[in-house]
Amino acid sequence: MNEPPPSRIVELEACPRLPRGVRLVHNEAQGGFVLLAPERVFKADAIAAEILKRCTGEASVAAIVDELATAYSAPRERVLADVTALIGSLADKRLLEL
Amino acid sequence: MPSIGAALSRPLGLLAELTHRCPLGCPYCSNPLALEGRAEELDAATWARVFNEAAALGVLQVHLSGGEPAARRDLADITAAARQAGLYSNLITSAVGLTAKTFAALVDAGLDHVQISIQDSEPKSADHIAGYGGGFARKQALAAEVVRHGLPLTVNAVIHRANIDRVSALVELALSLGASRVEIAHVQYYGWALKNRATLMPTRAQVDRAVAAVDALRARHHGRIVIDAVVPDYYAKYPKPCVGGWGRRSLNVTPSGRVLPCHAAESIPGLEFWSVRDHALEEIWTSSPAFQAFRGEDWMAEPCASCPRRTEDFGGCRCQAFALTGDARATDPVCHLSPRHSLVEALAEEREDADYIYRR
Repeated sequence: MNEPPPSRIVELEACPRLPRGVRLVHNEAQGGFVLLAPERVFKADAIAAEILKRCTGEASVAAIVDELATAYSAPRERVLADVTALIGSLADKRLLEL
Repeated sequence: MPSIGAALSRPLGLLAELTHRCPLGCPYCSNPLALEGRAEELDAATWARVFNEAAALGVLQVHLSGGEPAARRDLADITAAARQAGLYSNLITSAVGLTAKTFAALVDAGLDHVQISIQDSEPKSADHIAGYGGGFARKQALAAEVVRHGLPLTVNAVIHRANIDRVSALVELALSLGASRVEIAHVQYYGWALKNRATLMPTRAQVDRAVAAVDALRARHHGRIVIDAVVPDYYAKYPKPCVGGWGRRSLNVTPSGRVLPCHAAESIPGLEFWSVRDHALEEIWTSSPAFQAFRGEDWMAEPCASCPRRTEDFGGCRCQAFALTGDARATDPVCHLSPRHSLVEALAEEREDADYIYRR
C-alpha cells in the first residue's frame, strides 16, 4: 500500500519530539538503532537515527537541519528535504509530535 | 530519503501469556482449549529471567497478555522486570480487574503502551458479547486513565457478524477514547472460536462493506489515528503471513513456560515444545523441535514450494492448515491456490443465529 500524502506541512519553527510510548534505542542484536512504538518496530538507518536523536522537543526543525548540514557537510536543501520528509511521515503515523 | 522499516533478522516480539485466567467469556477466545491453571504459572522472578534472555536474543517488545494479565497480583513486578530488561512493554488487557490505583502502579513500573479490547460500540451488545455485565464501562474508565497518564492507547476491536456493521462507530469510539491506534481484528477461527464459527461468521456483503468503510475511515482520519485492519481469513484470496513466518519474528510463552512459535501452535499434534523451566530462551529459539518444524521452506509442499509468494506469506497459517485439512504441512486452505480452498468457501457459507457458547 502506498503511503497517503502527508496530512500536514512541517513548519521550520516546530520542535518535534518523540511522544510517550515511542522510544529510540540502540540494540546490538538488531544491529543498530530502532524506533519502538505501540506494537510496531522500525529499524532506523544512520541518517534517520541522527534526525530522531535530535527530536527532543527542544530543537526546532530549522536548528536540526542546520546542525546536520554542518556536521555532515551536506547541502542544506537536501538535509531539509530529508528531515521534513521523515518528520512528516512519522507524525502521520503518530510516532512524532510537532 | 532516510529509511525506516528495513527487515530485521532476529525475533522482535515476545508474547508473554502471564495467565490463562480471565473474567470474560468471549466466544472467540484465542487461548487454547486446554487452559493452564494458576498453580502452573511462572513466578515473577522467572519472567524476569525470560525477559533478560529475550532482550539478549534481540527481542525489543514484550506483550503482557493472557487471559487477563491483571488477574496476576504481581503484574507491576513483572512490568518492572520488562523495563529493567530494556524491553518495550505493551499491556494487552480487557480492562476488567484494573483500577486507577493498580494501573498507576504499572505506569510507575515503566509500562509503555496499553491495548484495550472493545467488544462493540454499543455497551449492551459489548457486554453481551463478552458475557460480562458492566465490562464496557470499565473499559471506558481504564482508557481515560491511560490517556490521563499520557500513555499511548490502542483499541482492539474484534470483528464478527454481530458488530461488523459498526466498524465506523468502533473507530469513532476509539478516537473519542483518545486512542492513537485501532486494530480492526476480524475473528481468527482457532480453538474456542471454532465452536462459535457459524454464529460469528460475517457474510461476504458485510465484509465488503467493512473493508470499504475502513478505507474511507483511513482517508478521513489520516494523521489522527492509525487503523490497522486485515481482511478476514475466510474471505481472503491469499493467506496471511501468520506470525510473520514460523520461528522468524516472535515467540509466545505460555503461563507455565512452554515456548511456542505462535499462540495456537499447541493445536498441532506431534510438535515438541520446550519450556523456559528447562532451557534458555536462545536455545529454544534456535534448536527446539517446535521452532524448527516449519521454519524456512523445506517443509513446504506444492503449490507453496514453487510459489513466488512463499517468501511473503510463508504458506499461511500452519494451525489453520491443520484445523481445516488435518495436515499441518498443507497450503493454508484460505489461499485460492490451495486444492482444498473450496472447504473454506463452504465454511464461510455456514451460518446460524445461535446463542454463543461462552468461554467459562
